[in-house]
Amino acid sequence: MSRDRTPRTLALILLALLVSGQFLPQWTLFLVTVALAKGLVVLGLMILLRCGLVSFGQALYYCIGAYAAGMLGRLFGASDVFTLMLAGMAAAGLVGFVLGFLLARYRSIFFGLLSLAVSMILYGLLVKTEALGSTDGFHVLPSTLFGLRPADAWVRYTVLAVALLVAFIAALLVHRYLGTPLGRLASAIKDNEIRVEYMGASARHAIHVKYVIAAALAGLGGALAATTVGHIDPEMAYWTTSGEFIFITILAGTGNVIAPFLGALVFGVIQTVAFGISPNTWQMVLGGSLLVVIVFLPNGLWSLFRGRKAA
Amino acid sequence: MYFVDRLVIAMTAAAFAPAASLAQEAPLKIGVVTFLSGPAASPFGVPARNAAEIMVEMLNGTKVPAPYAARGFGGAALQMQLVDESGPATTQVTEFRNLAQRDNVDMVIGYVSSGNCLAVAPVAEELKKLTVFFDCGTPRIFEEKSYKYVFRTASTATMDSVGAALYVKELKAGKIKSIAGVNQNYAWGQDSWVDFEASMKQLTPGVQVATSQMPKLFAGQYNAEISTVLGAKADVVHSSFWDGDLEAFILQAGPRGLFKRSTVILTTGETAMYKLAEHIPDGVVIGARGPYGPYAPDNELNRWFSKTFADRYGVPPNYAAYQMAQAILGTKAAWEKAQSANGGNRPSTDQAIAAFERLTFESPAGKVEMVIGAGHQAITETAYGVSKLVKGKMTVANVKRYPATMVNPPDGVKAADWIANGFKK
Repeated sequence: MSRDRTPRTLALILLALLVSGQFLPQWTLFLVTVALAKGLVVLGLMILLRCGLVSFGQALYYCIGAYAAGMLGRLFGASDVFTLMLAGMAAAGLVGFVLGFLLARYRSIFFGLLSLAVSMILYGLLVKTEALGSTDGFHVLPSTLFGLRPADAWVRYTVLAVALLVAFIAALLVHRYLGTPLGRLASAIKDNEIRVEYMGASARHAIHVKYVIAAALAGLGGALAATTVGHIDPEMAYWTTSGEFIFITILAGTGNVIAPFLGALVFGVIQTVAFGISPNTWQMVLGGSLLVVIVFLPNGLWSLFRGRKAA
Repeated sequence: MYFVDRLVIAMTAAAFAPAASLAQEAPLKIGVVTFLSGPAASPFGVPARNAAEIMVEMLNGTKVPAPYAARGFGGAALQMQLVDESGPATTQVTEFRNLAQRDNVDMVIGYVSSGNCLAVAPVAEELKKLTVFFDCGTPRIFEEKSYKYVFRTASTATMDSVGAALYVKELKAGKIKSIAGVNQNYAWGQDSWVDFEASMKQLTPGVQVATSQMPKLFAGQYNAEISTVLGAKADVVHSSFWDGDLEAFILQAGPRGLFKRSTVILTTGETAMYKLAEHIPDGVVIGARGPYGPYAPDNELNRWFSKTFADRYGVPPNYAAYQMAQAILGTKAAWEKAQSANGGNRPSTDQAIAAFERLTFESPAGKVEMVIGAGHQAITETAYGVSKLVKGKMTVANVKRYPATMVNPPDGVKAADWIANGFKK
């Protein structure tokens, strides 16, 4: 068995981005930070996809995380970036835990559509809540780090550094988790659930745990997106947002915990380039690139790296 | 000797090129953001883009009538960079940052969606980029926060509801016992109805709200709502539906006699009035979100704009097109005022902002005054009328105009408070 190189690679990427971030133009810092926030959600989707489960409603937890962070600022004036992210993660994790009792019973299309339905319920509720600005949403207070607000020129870098650190820790923990017996159960559940049960493991329990982890990661990503973008609205729970996360998951592949972040970054870059070069037909560029990936890299972008290492 | 000929031509051109470019200033880059895809593209986004294309081309060609005859902005040609407004706030904030920091545009003009305006405004402030909103309706932008770099050259949606209330009160000569609403269940529909209801309660004390229907956005089928409103027998029915929903509502409500039983107000009816001319009976109250389209004044700028637009695109400009032209001309007026204060040199963003605050300028829709929101929010007059089919062509009749200060709150007063306090000046 070869040595596990993922933690070292993750640490190298973290260092490289922390150093190069100081020299990159401001707009790229924002692009990378948003990609990291989306990457966290996709990391959770990847865990579920390894069991063969596709959640069409992961935006539910993304939105819960964002609104939890936003409400904390609105109601209590909390602005510490770590407090907001922990709150987003906890709120999403809690809702995920409760809903998990229901959703862990379902598989394939039933799981997908049920998760979609729940996210659209939240969307509907938020749209009807005029006190929270309905579809217009509301501002999130500028966040602080340990009570301090960095100088204007360093705000973007600081937010990026925090996001990198959080994503690094999340990726490392998920990587560890995937190596545990419970984590490894994923492909077994995907292949033959009955056999898993005969072996004495509970598929429903394993899926419930994975579902809560995915929800907490999405909440974390949502809170990070809220503090980065500075504005939240119900569209964060809309099915198109969930669709975007699925899109990135397929683009990235499920091979490694680095893949979701790579996928989110590539998605962000393709989208922004497409916006720039063809404002009238950017969707076609985006859709075309996904088709190319599906046709030539059926296991996602990550198969590029895995293939080279195997050779 | 084809090659030699080409070479000579190329060399001659190269020799003259620097002299030619010295004669004029470096171009100004303008980011223009509007819906190019999705449901808001066809009624608002694309007409606005078309207006922007015409304005940029005509300004660069010095073909716009006075007082906007100078080339581009203060002699500098304009370069437009177009961005689609679709996608969530995250995407729009990303693209705004790209425009400001990657493409280094000199200013951004755009945004139809109120949600996008709310999301982008603080970012414009952070990046210190002059940003002009042309269409979005929510009064929250300058009520919740004050901005230095952000301007809006169209009135807020409050004006539409207050104007509609004033108009029906006059039209029905005080014989209004009950009102009803059919509005889409999202921020625009909710705000429009809240303002209309509050205004009616002020203007006709004792008026009853028969029913307020809030169907889902883009529902498409409104038969249940129409039944409820018909059953409620309200004297006045208010709707802020737009585009597809508006057309579906007109087509479904018409045959069931809603327009005959009640006086129906369509606050954005202008965008559908030509297309559905034979389906809208006479006497429906038609709004255009301001003095745009059929309500635009008969002045030289308007005659030029509506003709140029109709000649090129085959349809008259709708209110979104007018608002885009208004935003570009307002920015031009501010820019040139700042330039002349700066001794004829290109103004800085701060100088342009100082000139923009509390500016009064002319647009194809008449006079625009940047007097509320601490000088960053425009007020304009508004007008309402009723539909009237004349020889198969839809027109508006019985048009009433309301001066800007009558339908907009004074500076520093929130729209909702202003209505609740009986429109005190």
